Order: sequence, then C-alpha cells, then structure tokens
Amino acid sequence: MLEVKNLSAQVEGSEILKGINLTVKAGEVHAIMGPNGSGKSTLAKVIAGHPAYEVTGGSVSFDVNRKPVDLLELDPDVRAKEGVFLGFQYPVEIPGVTNVDFLREAFNEVCAHQGLDKLDDAQFKSLVREKLKLLDMDERFLERDVNAGFSGGEKKKNEILQMAILNPRLALLDETDSGLDIDALRIVSKGVNAIKSRFNAIVLVTHYQRLLDLIVPDYVHVLYKGRIIKSGDKSLALELEKKGYDWLIAEAEEKH
Amino acid sequence: MKAEEKMKEDYKYGFVTDIESEDFPKGVNEEIVRLLSTRKNEPEWLLEFRLKGLRQWQKMEHPKWQYCEVPPIDFQALTYYAKPKTKKTVDSLEEIDPELLETFEKLGIPLTEQKRLMGVAVDAVFDSVSVGTTHQEDLEKVGVIFCSISEAVQKYPDLVKKYLGTVIPAADNYYAALNCAVFSDGSFVYIPPGVTCPLDLSTYFRINAKDTGQFERTLIIADKGSYVNYLEGCTAPQRDENQLHAAIVELITLDDAEIKYSTVQNWFAGDKAGKGGIFNFVTKRGHCIGKNSKISWTQVEAGSAITWKYPSCVLLGENSVGSFYSVALTNHFMQADTGTKMIHVGKNTRSTIISKGISAEKSNNVYRGLVKIMPSATGARNYSQCDSMLIGSECGAHTFPTIDVRNDSAVVEHEATTSKISADQIFYLRSRGYTQEKAVSLIVNGFCKDVFKTLPLEFSVEAVKLIEMKLENSVG
Repeated sequence: MLEVKNLSAQVEGSEILKGINLTVKAGEVHAIMGPNGSGKSTLAKVIAGHPAYEVTGGSVSFDVNRKPVDLLELDPDVRAKEGVFLGFQYPVEIPGVTNVDFLREAFNEVCAHQGLDKLDDAQFKSLVREKLKLLDMDERFLERDVNAGFSGGEKKKNEILQMAILNPRLALLDETDSGLDIDALRIVSKGVNAIKSRFNAIVLVTHYQRLLDLIVPDYVHVLYKGRIIKSGDKSLALELEKKGYDWLIAEAEEKH
Repeated sequence: MKAEEKMKEDYKYGFVTDIESEDFPKGVNEEIVRLLSTRKNEPEWLLEFRLKGLRQWQKMEHPKWQYCEVPPIDFQALTYYAKPKTKKTVDSLEEIDPELLETFEKLGIPLTEQKRLMGVAVDAVFDSVSVGTTHQEDLEKVGVIFCSISEAVQKYPDLVKKYLGTVIPAADNYYAALNCAVFSDGSFVYIPPGVTCPLDLSTYFRINAKDTGQFERTLIIADKGSYVNYLEGCTAPQRDENQLHAAIVELITLDDAEIKYSTVQNWFAGDKAGKGGIFNFVTKRGHCIGKNSKISWTQVEAGSAITWKYPSCVLLGENSVGSFYSVALTNHFMQADTGTKMIHVGKNTRSTIISKGISAEKSNNVYRGLVKIMPSATGARNYSQCDSMLIGSECGAHTFPTIDVRNDSAVVEHEATTSKISADQIFYLRSRGYTQEKAVSLIVNGFCKDVFKTLPLEFSVEAVKLIEMKLENSVG
C-alpha cells in the first residue's frame, strides 16, 4: 500500500533522508529504529507532508482505491483524508477548541472526502465513547481544550484516540511510547492492537523494545544517517536491545 | 473564478442600492446645521445643542495620538444628510420603498413583520435616516420605547433632552463634537422600571449614498431594575473612496439595571490594495449611574479601513459592573486602534476587559485601554486580559494599556499575551484532515472563544462565519 523509493529530503539546507526504500503492505506492522538524529521522525513527517521538509529526490506512492497515487503531490490534509495518519511525538495544543469539536470536524472532513455518510451528533458521541473505553479514557476528556494542559501520557492517548476515530489505512506513530509510564504504555498498545487489522498498516518509530513487546512488528528497519542500513524481522529488535547499534553502524560504514 | 467574482465574494455586502436620495448641500457650517434642524422639524433646544457642538468642533483640531494613519479628510466635501427619497412620511412598514426593503432583505435583515418570528426588533438606518422599526406594538405593551431618535425627539422630548449628550458631551472629542452638530438619526431606547425587554433590540446601519458621512446617534436608557439586550450590525457598499462613519452611542443604567450591547461591525474594509473602505470613528460610552447596575460591551470588529473606537464604562453607582469583550480582526491594509476605558468612581465597582486582536497580512491592530480608579472607588476591582495573535510576518500588533489607580484598596490585574499561529499547529490540524483555511479558522475561533461566548447565539454564529470569511483569503 505504501512504496517509498529512494526518498531524499532536506530541512533548511541540510539533508536528512538520503535515499530511503521502504515497502509496506496492508496488515503489516513495521518498526523504524535507529540512533538519535538518524532521520526516523523526518521520514514519518515527510510521508505525512510536513511543509518544513523539502523532498529532493525519490518518490512515495500510496494506494488509493487499489491504485498507486503519488503521495508527494497531495496536500497534507488530503493525505489525511486518504487515510494517512501521523501520531505526533509532541502533540500540539489548540487553546479554546474542545477535543470533541476538533474530533468531530476532523471525522466529518475525512468521511466527506471518502464519500461516507456523516454521523449525527448522537452517533458520533457513541462512536467516541466506544473508542474512549478502548483507551481507558474519561469522557470529561472530550470537553477539555485540545491537548491544553494535558500530561505527556494524556497527549499520547489522545493521539491514539484520534487514530481510532479517523480509522486510517496507514498509521505512522512517531515515538508514541516516549514519556509513557508502564501502565499507559500498555493501554496505548492495547488500543493500537485493537485498531490493527488486515486492511491497515502501522509504522512505529521507536527507540525501545518495550513497545515492540506489546505491538509486535513484522519488520524492523534500522535507520542511520538517513539510510536504512539493516532490515529484519522482530528478532533484529531483540538483537539491538542486547548489542546496541555500534556493530551495525560499523558494518554499514565498512560497506561504504 | 474571475477576479471580479472573487472580489464580490470577499465582501458580499458591497452592492449599491439604486435609490434616489434627497438633495442636501455639501459641507458643514452654521447654515447647514440650521437647515438640517429645520428639515427635521426640531425644537429650539436641539438646534442649540447642535450649534454648540458645531462651535466646539470648529475650535478643535483633528487628533494625532492614534496609532494609525488617517489621511486628511475634507469635511466640506461631504454630505451630512442623505435621506432616501420617499413619497411621503412613512407611517408603517408597508409603506417603505420596496427597493429599500429589498436591500435589507439582501442583508439578511427582513423588516417585514415575518421578522416577528425571530424575536428580534430591528431599527434599520439607511444612510442618514431610520427607515423602519419593527415590533413597535409588542414593545409598547410593556412600555418599552424603541424608535428612531428623530421620532423620539418629537414624541418624548423630555426624555431625550434629559439624557442626550450627558454621557458623551460635544467637547469629548473631535468626532463627538462633529456628531453633535450634524447627527442625522439613530435609535432611541427607553426601558421602563422593572421591565426585562421581551425582545432583543437591534439596529442595522447601512451606508449607501456616495460621499456621505453617516453620523447617527444611539441613546439607550435602562430605568431601575430593567434589562435589555441590544445588537448592532453594519455594512456598506464597496466604493473606491473612503467614507466616514462617526457615530455616538450613549448608554445609561439606573439602579439595578443592565444593558448588554453587542456589535458585529463589517463595514467595507477597502480592497486588497487598501483602496476605499469606511473610516469608523465612533464614540461609545455608558454611564452606570445606579447602584448594582451593569453595562456590557461586546464587539466583533472585522470591517472598516480604519477603526477607531473605545466603548467605555463610567462606573458611578456603588457595586456597578462594566465589561468589555472585544475581537478585532484586521487583514489587507486595515488599521484598528480600539480598546476601552473603565472609570471606577463608585465603591466596590468592578470591571472586566477581554480583548483579542488578530492581525493578518499588512494590517495593524492596536489595543488601547485605560483603567482608572478614582479616590472614591474604595474596593474597586479590574481584571484585564489583552491577547494578540499574528498571522504572517508583515502585520503588527500593539498594546497600550494605561492603569491609573488613586485608591489603595483597589485590585487591578492585567494579563497580556502575543502569539503567532505556529506552523506546527497548522500542520497538526492539516494532518487530521483540516484544510489550511479551516485550520487557521479553528485556531482563531479558539483564541476568540472567551469573547464569542458572550454574544447572543445568532450573533455568535454570524461572528464565527464572518471571521472565517475574512481569513479565507488571508492565509496562504
């Protein structure tokens, strides 16, 4: 469903991604790992369409109605409406806007684009309630301003709540596990696993095996200096947990 | 879309009504003022009031302290009285020129009695005169007087004479003096003791004629224990020349009375290049004369080339309360210098100021405020919050708050913030399916929420739509 080919991107003149190749199929879970500054978050943001990054080469295609579409040609909101979701590492606060209003509008936008019927207020509320339960969240959450004054854990839960409601086909979760305590991590993972299906794909950007114990990846990719230097199955993450990145980096640098 | 259509969409009230107006000589001098007074068949005391205003104005110079550039205005080139020509005086709404009725229908202000269903009584002011006030009978039943000020001068001269100019005297400022001399019409409201006005009252101002200044005057008196909710809306055709609107609004509350005054101002603001637009130089002030009385100003200022106004409260009565809630949005080349004055005179008087300024493109947005606690105002309290939001990097936001406390027991708080809509905020919303425009409008509406929630529901919906429409072409 997602085909990233030789993707390069820069921000403010410095090149962060230097030829990424990645193929993601429906039903798969991919984990992107790698040391700090290797370009993991950038990859997620570029796929979602962050305007600060300039794509300098390569392509990203995404299947829409079973046909590949050049994702880089689409505005970020259109990408979202086509089913791309970015779970933010640092979710942004929107003062004065309640969570429920924010969610309803986003949901309606996506539905309208996909030709689905809008839900009336009661139907939407019941959908939201169901998803709140999934994430062990209080209903009062809905009346609070978007992320304003939320704890780190609440912000991350809110990201997954949005994902659950928007029901994307491709979810890019950027360090969703950072800043979570063990209980929150378990709840968030449970939520992601519940949303996961054979129709959608999940790309996890993470530093830690503890997330991958809970959301088990089919593939693990190691990013270093803007390139994928190693791909493998879930055992690669376990190996990294034990040995760190140095051996892989040494291997990669020898090759070049 | 063609550029022309786009323009029209930018300001959908920009049409001109093809209607003849009664001729009136241009310029302002004693002769003109006398002629105006005679045409309106005014009593001697009102002519004196006007002449005093004129003499005051002639002594004054155009103020220079504002933080906006006002091009020189040739006051002798303006017409001070433009009355839509009608065959005879209008006794009922059915007799109003259908062309005029249609204009107000187009503006969404139907004056016909079907309006009754909406529960709002409207006084419509077209150019210089009031063309029709609805629901008069319903209001008369409870003793509420709601009519044009010209009618009030004839029918209730004692009330008008007692209060006119008491809140804003001619000497108050340059444009107040000019207004005293040449004011043409406006609305008059009197709410008798103990009456809660059964309908929201509303004035709708429309400038149509070319080279015409609109100088209306509104006077609202809430007698003991009464309550009224008053709404004001404004539009004007799109013209290349600047047009002057210099109104006065005076509010008076006696013991335990309350007036809520809400404005959604959407005068033509000039085009993208900054050509044309209304100069909105308005003086609005309320006197809380009675104990426990309340005056609340809410304004959404989204139009006019230049807005220059400070709806204020003088809190005379013990425990009286003043509030000011404002959203001022500027884009293109608009300039706004707006804010409020809260003058605390009585004991335990309280005031609240919430001001939200939003500037986009090359516009300039100023908050200017005065909180003054007089020696007599023991136990006075004020809370002020002034927030500015910038969209883009070519606009300006400025705050000039003045706090003058002359009584040690007063508690005065002032908070201010300036923020810029961040690229991250917008990207966050876009990644959830919001278009760029919707994202900005959501953020701006969130920013304005504290003010919008003080508006009556239908006005609040209108305000949200208006802000959305204004921003549509301002965010790239």
